[in-house]
Amino acid sequence: MHLQVSSVCKSFGYGPKAKPVLDAVSFDLHSGQFLALVGSSGSGKSTMMRLIAGLDRPSSGEIRLDGELIRGPGADRGMVFQKYSLYPWLTAAQNVAFGMRLQGRPKAEVRERTAYFLEVVGLVDSARLLPRELSGGMQQRVAIARSLAAEPKVLLLDEPFGALDLQIRESMQDFLHRLWMQTGLTALLITHDLEEALLLAQQVHILAPRPGRIVRSVNADLDRSSLAHLRVSQPFLALREELASCLRSLDSPLTA
Amino acid sequence: MPPSEADPLRRLSSLRRFLAQPWVLGLVGVATAMLIWFLTTASGAVDNLFLPSPQAVWQAGQAQWQSGLLLKDAVASIQRVFIGFALSAGLALPVGIAMGTNPTICRLLEPLMALIRYMPAPAFIPLLIIYFGLEELPKILLIFIGTFFFNTLMIMDAVKFVPSELVETALTLGGRGLPILTRVVAPFVAPQVLDTYRINMASAWNLVIVAELVAATEGLGKRISLAQRFLRTDDIFVGLIVIGLVGLVIDLGFRFLMRKACSWAN
Repeated sequence: MHLQVSSVCKSFGYGPKAKPVLDAVSFDLHSGQFLALVGSSGSGKSTMMRLIAGLDRPSSGEIRLDGELIRGPGADRGMVFQKYSLYPWLTAAQNVAFGMRLQGRPKAEVRERTAYFLEVVGLVDSARLLPRELSGGMQQRVAIARSLAAEPKVLLLDEPFGALDLQIRESMQDFLHRLWMQTGLTALLITHDLEEALLLAQQVHILAPRPGRIVRSVNADLDRSSLAHLRVSQPFLALREELASCLRSLDSPLTA
Repeated sequence: MPPSEADPLRRLSSLRRFLAQPWVLGLVGVATAMLIWFLTTASGAVDNLFLPSPQAVWQAGQAQWQSGLLLKDAVASIQRVFIGFALSAGLALPVGIAMGTNPTICRLLEPLMALIRYMPAPAFIPLLIIYFGLEELPKILLIFIGTFFFNTLMIMDAVKFVPSELVETALTLGGRGLPILTRVVAPFVAPQVLDTYRINMASAWNLVIVAELVAATEGLGKRISLAQRFLRTDDIFVGLIVIGLVGLVIDLGFRFLMRKACSWAN
């Protein structure tokens, strides 16, 4: 799997009123990699995600998946939204099965894979509950399981834990890290939380706002055997502080 | 000391619980109205010709039932309502969904529908009689005209409010046009569509009576207008009460259906 984003620009509106949102963004993502795009609001990171998902078209530049130009949404790019996007009339298990049923997979296979992915996200006991009966963290785990079950080549995570409490966020970060180790998935994470990005991603791109563009890329080669230790380890804190000051300098005094 | 049944505080709280049942106060309201009605007529303050007593209305109702007229009238009215409303609901569903999902269709049809919606349906009666005579068709069409535009616009609104994340999630899971409509949009709007039907069924029920007042050989509205001719206020009361009761049963039926089919939305 190779996701190629080359000189992607995007503006909204036409003529003199056109507002540039993304300016010549380029990066690559390979199989098994965990990549994060970090930026404040206005950095166009959600727009970038929508372009990769095929929900919007770039104004110029191109996005290719395994050499093929992306022209629209498809099951090869699974997406997890920030806000609860579970189908409220379906149980947790039915939500997980939803994508596979859309794809028309055989019933037995759907049942088997649903059970497997509920197990992976630790929600076997909640299989029959409706989304409103699940906590925010559980809902996001169902959403992730639903995406994974549809077998995407890359998982797009758009601020997946942005709406959760701090404590639940941390446990969800641990969960996502374990999931990545376990399943070898390829993931692109969008977040404004630098710590989250450094904890999870091997490579982090920093986006500057108005218009969004990559100003800094770092390889975060850190020892991730224990996220709890990593959170307080010296190399992690040093890297975080360095990038945080970079992010701060990007926000002009007017908007800070 | 453990609280006993005789404890006045405990009795008070169980009374409060009883009153908190949703139907209890409602029944009290109905019973009070009946009592005032009974007392007013029993006191002789009002001429019975204008306000018949509850007993007289009951007897008139029994007489209408025994002659078979009541059932025949009710069946005739209910049949018109159901045919007219089924046409309206059945057509409003695809049109409303099309308008809610496609901006071009919406811009094309919304002004037109908003305009016709404000034309009072009873004002169409003379035209309908000129076009289609006095048979069943004009009455069914009246119900259709009176409810179709409301049904359509309300379904359109429900469809427009389907959260974009739900649709976009389906797209990123490999979903396309029609399956998204049937598996995402339809189940999401189902509770609002049923509620729309429930609300607009009330106008359908109003309109059938209006249509029958003007021209009909049978029906609850026809019975009322005949009763007026002979100053039979007791028969008018029977008609009004039966109309109210049938409407209430239909309303409760829709609520029941909604609870059964869309339990996730409650």
